[in-house]
Amino acid sequence: MSVLKFTPKQFDDFVSTLLKTGRPVMAPQAKNGRFAFGPLASAADLRLDYDVTILPPKKYVLPQVETLLEFEVCGPCRSVQEGEPMILLGVHPYDLAAILQMDELFRQGQYDKHYMDRRCQITIIALDVVTPSANVFASSMGTATVTSGYDILLTVLKDGSILADAATAKGQELIRLAGSAVPASEADLLARKAVWEHNNAVLNKHILLCKPSLLPKVLEQSYNHPVWEEKARLCYSCGSCNQVCPTCYCFDVQDRVNWDLKTGYRFRAWDGCLLENFATVAGNHNFRKDRAARYRHRLYRKGKYVPEKIGGQIACVGCGRCISACTAKIANPVEVYNRLLQDTKLG
Amino acid sequence: MCECCSGHPDIYLPQMATITKRRMLNGTELFLHLEMDSGEDLQYKPGQFVEVSLAGIGEAPISISSSPTQKGLELVVRNVGSLTKAIHKLQVGDKLGIRGPYGTTYPIEEAKGKDLVFICGGIGLVPQRSFIRYALDHRSDYGKIIVLIGTKCYSMRLFREEIALWQERRDMTVLETIDEAHDCWDGNVGVVTTLIPKIENELPGSLVLICGPPIMYKFVLISLAEAQVPEENIYVNLERRMKCGVGKCGHCQINDKYVCQDGPVFRYSDLALVPEAI
Ligand SMILES: Cc1cc2nc3c(=O)[nH]c(=O)nc-3n(C[C@H](O)[C@H](O)[C@H](O)COP(=O)(O)OP(=O)(O)OC[C@H]3O[C@@H](n4cnc5c(N)ncnc54)[C@H](O)[C@@H]3O)c2cc1C
Ligand code: SF4
Ligand code: SF4
Ligand code: FES
Repeated sequence: MSVLKFTPKQFDDFVSTLLKTGRPVMAPQAKNGRFAFGPLASAADLRLDYDVTILPPKKYVLPQVETLLEFEVCGPCRSVQEGEPMILLGVHPYDLAAILQMDELFRQGQYDKHYMDRRCQITIIALDVVTPSANVFASSMGTATVTSGYDILLTVLKDGSILADAATAKGQELIRLAGSAVPASEADLLARKAVWEHNNAVLNKHILLCKPSLLPKVLEQSYNHPVWEEKARLCYSCGSCNQVCPTCYCFDVQDRVNWDLKTGYRFRAWDGCLLENFATVAGNHNFRKDRAARYRHRLYRKGKYVPEKIGGQIACVGCGRCISACTAKIANPVEVYNRLLQDTKLG
Repeated sequence: MCECCSGHPDIYLPQMATITKRRMLNGTELFLHLEMDSGEDLQYKPGQFVEVSLAGIGEAPISISSSPTQKGLELVVRNVGSLTKAIHKLQVGDKLGIRGPYGTTYPIEEAKGKDLVFICGGIGLVPQRSFIRYALDHRSDYGKIIVLIGTKCYSMRLFREEIALWQERRDMTVLETIDEAHDCWDGNVGVVTTLIPKIENELPGSLVLICGPPIMYKFVLISLAEAQVPEENIYVNLERRMKCGVGKCGHCQINDKYVCQDGPVFRYSDLALVPEAI
């Protein structure tokens, strides 16, 4: 199907139509001077010009708290599938890249039905970045733009018009609601290409001094580098860098008993490898009790361990959220990776 | 539910099992014999573990102590926290949730024809017992079987009757030690490494299988290095915090390894580049 072109007014109408499909539409909106994904009530609340959201849209594929099972206390359990059809509107390319990585991680090996079922029911309308955020470095990570993985891709052109490219059957089903939009012209497509080129160049508030694909090699030689201790000395082990990260997916599992004391549910909730007791076992033995070891583990996961599981893609998409979230100002992956690069001999 | 997911089982959903025997092995360790409510035995191999749960309290990884050559599933649970305390209160006829089996197994095939040396510290005997029993049930497949068992104190010793039976067998060697001397004990006193010199001549060419508390590995591995046991012939059974058991939650990671999938049984030479392991 060809790419469609909307005027801002036509696009508002399209969004209003989406809101009438009965499916919840989650989209970026202003929140206390910043932006956040939330249920969209009207087209007027949608902010296509947002820079970055406080939390990534991963909260819709892997919610902060997700029920896995229901049970009678000390009795048998029953699977719960919480997923529902949903439209995720306005996902930036770097956040989409993170979701695609997570898709692979939950699909591979033991198939995680709770994640996959939720994910299958979500239609993703991606959006090329309009306003770069203060700390974004997606250009360095190759995630400033995307060529696949979305159901629809929106691009806002310089003149304010909006192009919509439906790439999947799910996307085409929605784009049918586009009303009076017209097919994009050759010139529009060229203008879109210019946006991509521009974004690939400007989403670089921090510049990684090597190709991301070199990071596993760099890390291979950096396990005992002094930077881990230097940075981690200031770390509060607060886990904020984990919480805001679109590629962090570690979780805890717990049981909760309902008020009736007879029934309850087992749920998973976001966890973070920087938190002090992430690796503590019975007898209070902590297998990663050293702050520096936890700090290092996070950057090894992003730059080496997870990439080894997903065909080499680096598990940092350059959203810059951890840089903004860290009170101690030590979470910037680029700073650390560049520092290691200086001291690495690459043969 | 979406179509692509409908064919997949829920990896977090436990099956129910019923307690058919229970007995305290010492003050803190409870032995359980379970039968799956499905009526079918769990298909597992020595070295693997299950996720055991009580709905409303929680779930924890527990090693399988029985051998697949026997009927039912045997576990030993140490009372250390909320779930394990609740499990200790259960009686015969009560039910537990079981997921699994998970993880790697002892090298039961590769070990055929070879001599086996098991070095067990404390509760580390529990998973090792699975392979010991398996090897005894396939006795002619394996060479010598030597078991070294170290326990903190006299009263903590596990599986006393079974060890006594093992000690009577002429086709295996079992040496036991306790860390602290005791009036009722006339055997070896000292940590488990003090037993190693007694079997040193048997070490070259044997497969050595180690399981015990974290601190034990360091010292045992030093002794084995001195005895020039190649790292390829050493297997360790490691514990880490676990939540999912299926390679998703991230808790059990040792550098790039996932103990729930790449372990808990590791060939020691595979851990050479894994600094967090030992
Ligand atoms: C592969 C493997 C095999 C094991 N085999 C056995 C066995 O055969 N018998 C046995 O008694 N124990 C075994 N354990 C340890 C057992 O899982 C823990 O003792 C158990 O999780 C404690 O649960 P709890 O709810 O009673 O304790 P909690 O109330 O949760 O907490 C008590 C302590 O346990 C720690 N803890 C919490 N969750 C875990 C976890 N998932 N893993 C480890 N520690 C945790 C807490 O940090 C705390 O220090 C094994 C562990 C692993 C990884
Ligand atoms: S590590 Fe930081 S910059 Fe990289 S994806 Fe996570 S939050 Fe974004
Ligand atoms: S946000 Fe900063 S201070 Fe907090 S855990 Fe992460 S690195 Fe440490
Ligand atoms: S226990 Fe969850 S990843 Fe291993």
